[in-house]
Amino acid sequence: MSSRVTPDTGSLTQKVEILMAIEVRIPTILRTYTDGERAVTASGATVAEVIDDLEANHSGIRDRLVENGEVRRFVNIYVNDEDIRFIGGLEAKLGDGDTIVILPAVAGGGR
Amino acid sequence: MLTIDQATHDAIVAHARRDHPDEACGVVAGPVGSDRPARFIPMLNAAMSPTFYEFDSADLLRLYREMDDRDEEPVVIYHSHTATEAYPSRTDVDLASEPGAHYVLVSTRDGAHESGPIDFRSYRIVDGEVTEEEVNVVASYT
Repeated sequence: MSSRVTPDTGSLTQKVEILMAIEVRIPTILRTYTDGERAVTASGATVAEVIDDLEANHSGIRDRLVENGEVRRFVNIYVNDEDIRFIGGLEAKLGDGDTIVILPAVAGGGR
Repeated sequence: MLTIDQATHDAIVAHARRDHPDEACGVVAGPVGSDRPARFIPMLNAAMSPTFYEFDSADLLRLYREMDDRDEEPVVIYHSHTATEAYPSRTDVDLASEPGAHYVLVSTRDGAHESGPIDFRSYRIVDGEVTEEEVNVVASYT
């Protein structure tokens, strides 16, 4: 866990924002953005914040995950084994030590 | 080239026939780096559709976790087309996300779901580009 001191306005509790360490498992197809790493650490209190943090370090990855403010239809994101579509989508809350798994859908078809 | 044993080949065909007219789908996992399709894993087509397939999201997570635990990867990803040829559709190409996998397509059209020869073809799909490859069916891996 790391901490960051934010600018000087507001109360003490607002000044020190605790950044949660979240492990994010990266699927093969997106490892081009993470120098081949299978897992990276990011921080954020929601999935959306973690994706913003990922984007800051791995430019371009957000577009592969998010479209028009929603998780892409054929991308699955899980927080501690729960598909985020069932727990609030990109606004799903995270706690320190949570694990995110990203998996592209396995899908297709004749038409 | 895809080298696959007869029993696994036959299991894929049987699954495609059984689920016709809906599309059937699944994976054959193998040790990482081996290029050997060793463990046949039929999957539920959550779309239950004659024109579309999709692994259920919870099944997908379980599958990848299990493969990770066993140091496996999806060597083959297969599905059937039930009214069209065994060639990747636009959708198949757009959604292909395992550049290291052999994408196997089986067609059960024109009565092939009941009897007779069945089209069984394999492709690499990388960055939107489809390359067909030879399928070598062997009695067993030696």
